[in-house]
Parts: sequence; C-alpha cells; structure tokens
Amino acid sequence: MDTDLSSQDRKDLDKFIKFFALKTVQVIVQARLGEKICTRSSSSPTGSDWFNLAIKDIPEVTHEAKKALAGQLPAVGRSMCVEISLKTSEGDSMELEIWCLEMNEKCDKEIKVSYTVYNRLSLLLKSLLAITRVTPAYRLSRKQGHEYVILYRIYFGEVQLSGLGEGFQTVRVGTVGTPVGTITLSCAYRINLAFMSTRQFERTPPIMGIIIDHFVDRPYPSSSPMHPCNYRAGEDNGAVYPSVEDSQEVCTTSFSTSPPSQCVFTVTKAHFQTPPPVVTDTLKVPVMGLAFSHQLSSSRLSYQPAALGVGSADMGYPVLFAGGLHAAHPHQLIGPGKEGGVPPIPSQPAHGTQADQERMCTPLDGVHYSAATPSSSEDTETVSNSSEGKCGSPHDLLETIFVRKVGAFVNKPINQVTMANLDIPFAMFAPKNVELEDNDPMVNPPDSPETESPLQGSLHSEGSSGSSTGNTHDDFVMIDFKPAFSKDDILPMDLGTFYREFQNPPQLSSLSIDIGAQSMAEDLDSLPEKLAVHEKNVKEFDAFVETLQ
Amino acid sequence: MVGPGRTRCCGPPGAAPAMNCRAEVLEVSVEGRQVEEAMLAVLHTVLLHRSTGKFHYKKEGTYSIGTVGTQDVDCDFIDFAYVRVSSEELDRALRKAVGEFKDALRGSGSDGMGQISLEFYQKKKSRWPFSDECIPWELWTIKVNVVNLANEQERQICREKVGEKLCEKIINIVEVMNRHEYLPKMPTQSEVDNVFDTSLKDVQPYLYKISYQITDSLGTSVTTTMRRLIKDTLAL
Repeated sequence: MDTDLSSQDRKDLDKFIKFFALKTVQVIVQARLGEKICTRSSSSPTGSDWFNLAIKDIPEVTHEAKKALAGQLPAVGRSMCVEISLKTSEGDSMELEIWCLEMNEKCDKEIKVSYTVYNRLSLLLKSLLAITRVTPAYRLSRKQGHEYVILYRIYFGEVQLSGLGEGFQTVRVGTVGTPVGTITLSCAYRINLAFMSTRQFERTPPIMGIIIDHFVDRPYPSSSPMHPCNYRAGEDNGAVYPSVEDSQEVCTTSFSTSPPSQCVFTVTKAHFQTPPPVVTDTLKVPVMGLAFSHQLSSSRLSYQPAALGVGSADMGYPVLFAGGLHAAHPHQLIGPGKEGGVPPIPSQPAHGTQADQERMCTPLDGVHYSAATPSSSEDTETVSNSSEGKCGSPHDLLETIFVRKVGAFVNKPINQVTMANLDIPFAMFAPKNVELEDNDPMVNPPDSPETESPLQGSLHSEGSSGSSTGNTHDDFVMIDFKPAFSKDDILPMDLGTFYREFQNPPQLSSLSIDIGAQSMAEDLDSLPEKLAVHEKNVKEFDAFVETLQ
Repeated sequence: MVGPGRTRCCGPPGAAPAMNCRAEVLEVSVEGRQVEEAMLAVLHTVLLHRSTGKFHYKKEGTYSIGTVGTQDVDCDFIDFAYVRVSSEELDRALRKAVGEFKDALRGSGSDGMGQISLEFYQKKKSRWPFSDECIPWELWTIKVNVVNLANEQERQICREKVGEKLCEKIINIVEVMNRHEYLPKMPTQSEVDNVFDTSLKDVQPYLYKISYQITDSLGTSVTTTMRRLIKDTLAL
C-alpha cells in the first residue's frame, strides 16, 4: 500500500485543513456574538458548505483569520489560536478563553484523506458547536451589551496561556488523525473571574445611601475605540474585504461507496457572494457601566455586573441612556440588556421589569453572589417570583436591602415602606420583635377563635394546643416548632411561626356584629379614596402585570 | 400507559446490547419541570453528532451529501443552552418520546427514577421467513432522578447546578464521539435504509430508537416500553 501521500491527496488535505481552520474560527466567533445562531439544513448540497455543515462566513472574521494565517497552515509548533476576551466599558479587559487548533507529529498514514478525514473534521466541527455553548464565556457573551463586550483575536504561532490567570481549565474538543499529523482542537478557559482592581470600587458611591428613586439620568463618556485586532464595529460593514474572492473555493464532494480508488473529489472555483454580515447589531459600543466583580466556582459563573442603565439593546450606536438602574448602587443587576430598554420614569416607583435588579444588593467584600440576570427566556419565570426568595440567599444581606419595590397589594404609599414592610405577602403580620408568651396567640388565643382547621389539630398534636382554652397555658409547654425546610430568612419568621400566627387569625372586622352596617357605610365612603390611591399606583400595577406575562 | 410498540427487529425489550455495541451511561438529577429540557439537550447533542446531510446517490456508486444546519436552543428551566440539528421533524420526534417519558415519570408507581435510552442500530436483512435483525452499535442511557424542591431558593440553585451538570455531560458526550470508534460503513444505495433513517426530509440520522424504563419505588423496573420512532420492518 502506498504510504506516501499522493499529490492530489496532499492538496486535498491542505485544503481541508485550511478551510477547517477558517470554519473553526467562524464557529468560535459566532458563538461569542451574543445571539442565538440558526442555520438551515438543506437536503441538496449547495457546494459552498464545507464539511456538510451550514456555517455562515462572516467576511471580517474570514479576513482576520486569513491575515493571521498568512498563507500558512497549522503545523507542529505553529498553532492557530483564537483568543476570546472581555472588555468593560471602562477599558478593562480580561482574557476568557483561548481556542487552539494544533497539529502534532503523530501521523496516521492509513487513513483515507478525502473520506474519513473529511468526515471526521465534520464531526469535530459539530463537537466544536456543542462545546462553544458549554464554556463559561458563552453565558457571558449572551449577556454582553452595555457594560462589556466580548472581543476576539486570532494569532498564529505559539499558544500563550498566561493571560488566563491561575488554575485555568482545559477542555479538548477532539482530534483527527491525518497522514501528515494529528489535528487537535482544544479550549483553555479562565475560571478565576475575581475581577479587577479596587479602583472601580473607589469610584462608586457608598452602598448604604438609600435612594428610592431608581431612575437617574446620567450621561456617560463613550468607550475607547476598539483594539484593531478585535471585532470591528458596524461601520466596517460596508468595506469590501479582499478575502472574499479567494475564499470562494467551493467544495463539491462526491463520495463513493466503492473502494477508495474510485473516490471522486472535485473542488471548483466559483464566485459566490457571502451574505452581508448579520452581526452588526450585536456589536454594541459600550457607553456606560461600572465595576463588576465575579466569583466563579468551578465552571459555573455567578457574577454581578453593575450597570448604570440600559438603553435599547438593539441599537448599534452609542446610547446615552435615559433610564435604567439605580445609579448610586453599583452592584445592582442590570435591567437586562437584551430584553429591551426601560423607559425613563423619574421618581416613580420601581418599574416592573426592574424587579431583577433588586435581587442582589451586595456588599463589596466578595460575598458569593447569586446568579446574574436571567436571559430573556427565563425572565418571566424569575421576575414573577417575589423578590423574597432571592434576597434571602446570603443571610447577612438583610441590612443592605433597602430599596424595595412595594408589594403589589400593600396598601401604603411608598415612602412609608419600612424595613419590616418588605414586599412579601402578609408583611404586616411579620413580628417586629420577640414575641412574648402572652402575645402568642397559640398560648393565649383570641376570645373568639374561628374554625379550627385540620392543620391546627395536626400541628398541635404535641399537646400545645392553645385554641382549646385560654386559661390553661400553665399546663402547656411551648415547643419550638421547627418544620422541615424552614430557615431564618429575611424576617425572623420561620415556617413554624408563620403557622402559629395563622392558627388563630383575628376575626374579620366586617363580620363582627357590633360594627355591622356602620362599617359597611364607612367602607363605601372610603372606596373613592382607595381607588384614588390605587390609581396613583397604576403604573406600578401595570408593570407588575407585565412581568407576569 | 403506552402499549408495546410495533415490534419486530431486535430481541425482547431491554435485552443486553450486542457484544460490540458500545454503551454509555449518563446520570442526572433534575427537578420535575427540568426533565424535558435536560433530556432533549442530551439527545439532541448525541444526534447532532450522529446525523449527516441527506445522501444523493449518483451514477457509478458515488453520492453527495446535503447540508446540516444547526440552531441554538435556550432552556427555560435550566441555566443552559445547547445546539441541535435544524430539523423540525427530528425535534418533534424527540419531543414526543421525551414527553412520554416525562409523563411516565410523573405517573403513579414511579418514585421519580427512570432512564431513557437512545440506541443506534443497523439492520441486517435475513431471508424469508425470518425478519430482519437489528444490531445495535451504540447505546446511550440517561438515568434520571427527579427531585422535589421545597422553595424558590432551592429551585434557583437547582437551575444553576443542573446547568453545570449538563455542561459536563455535553463534554462527556463529545469525548466519546471523539474516540472515532466503530461507525457503520457508508452504505450503497440499496443498503442505505439499513444504516440511516432516510424518512426525514432534511437530515439523515443513523437508524435509532428511543425507549425508556421507569423504576417503581421498590426499585424494580415495572414498565418497559418500546417506542418506535422510525419506519419499521414489519414481520410476516
């Protein structure tokens, strides 16, 4: 068997490797653009789809890749690397990932170039598609926008991993053996995202300043121009890249099921137009933003971008945002950049879509943060939850939670919201201080207890049933009821207390006979006032309803 | 309860895979509402690697291959995104199978444990009156444990944790795919239906079937259901 590569095979192999490198770069960069990619399957081969995969070619990216390769192919010691980094609007940048396409000396002479190698390269590209969604930078890139952007840089030569910080992890996408060497595709990604310097913290106002007004207009300076090696902004869209002509080698592959000697592989040159790049609107020139800090455990990303506002996420030009987040608080989550802008509503109660941002007002000492703004598909699900659950996660955050959205049905003007009246249901029932035994309704039930629910019976099976009689509390021992899953949450009201509170609710005032018809009249009279109050809050209610949709 | 599917082909359901069939097992613990998305993520990732474009045979035994498109899918209940083949038919077929699995998991007699299997096989024609044999060459089994969570906080943590776990599973799957182990030989035109599922109009996955088992609280598997998702070879 002929072990030397025939010239035709050699030419084909070189071509495969070249286009594989170009397609690899396209897949990686497109996966970091921040939007979902969708291409169509086609049952008839179009001729321009290398490796039988529909991967669009962004001309700028191809141009950069070719520039970096400069006519060479990945070889031993000469790897093609795509570096993905993050750059905040203030100019700080950090390398997130390095994708390496390497070649080593281990040859597989027996393998059939135009068939097996081609198919395995195709499989490797599919693996790359899958892996690019799995590294931490993917989620970061989906949320890029105003606070930061994701940039790429292609270089050829020695792999430089030093910018990834300590303890970076590596994932191997795959390998393909060829007669001239083994192609390996891998990714080294940063896991230590504890960010940046203290100087960002110095610039921010103190956290404890209470500012009820979430919406502050603040213009921001535009960011520094992009680094030339990095992804270009939309204004380059019109440029015609010279690479377009020579990337038009069309791959028309025919495969044969007969012995390899009959394999027909044709490559023809043809001109084809690439579609205009569709990525311009995702390239946002960051104009605002602030510090943000990361803590990453293993491959999971939790971070707190602190932003000062959102404009419309789809505008490709710098936005002087006119609405958005709480300016003074650097660590509030942004209103989602991808989910549309927030209209500026100065001095209004929190807009419904801002419910996200209330989740974490965290101190700056690196306490582990909960997850960042959900992507748009998760929005309704999380936002509709009461913020109670989110704020509870670090217990010691109670003191820093001071800007609260008033609960939808709390019948109080906003400026009367106090710490105890957080927007949880039944907030007014929260005990404000330690309960004395005398006040405990379980021990001293109100004079006219209502119907006993079966729950009462079961809960008080220990014998501390106070609802039977009010005078025998001496005979009962107060058992600290610790039901499962209860924990000291926002308030010192655990599930047990909650149960006890509601064992014996006070009687409805409208039902007591004394008040009777008189209260009815009073109620009717007070209705207009109540309506007026609700009307004032109608924007808030609307926003709340919107968050439910 | 789904009745036994139209059978034929391979032996009794749950039979051990053939000697040279490689088997991979993945395990996940998810919340009830995450079952569907987690299963779809894994199955789609496997099928992405095990699907090609449509073959078009030409004269002299040569063929050309169509193009496979891909699209990103975001999960609603898990902090996770995955890539799947752009084929609505394939997606529908998988969703149907996963939907049945999810319903069975929820049904009575289940304590939330079960497994769903994706098997790739080849058909081998036999003489009449014997029916064709199905020879599996790869078997993916996903064991699922459904957990119940008490409050929103735990659910939020679960979203993230399951997302991370799925990332690990995707990496595992890609590792297996990368080993370039046995794949059926590319068939001639007359044999293509023995290797590939040619019923879809835009892509061509290898012949596969999906089955699932639910474990009852006693730990024994009581329900075994074979569900055909491809054209069957009918027996006599």
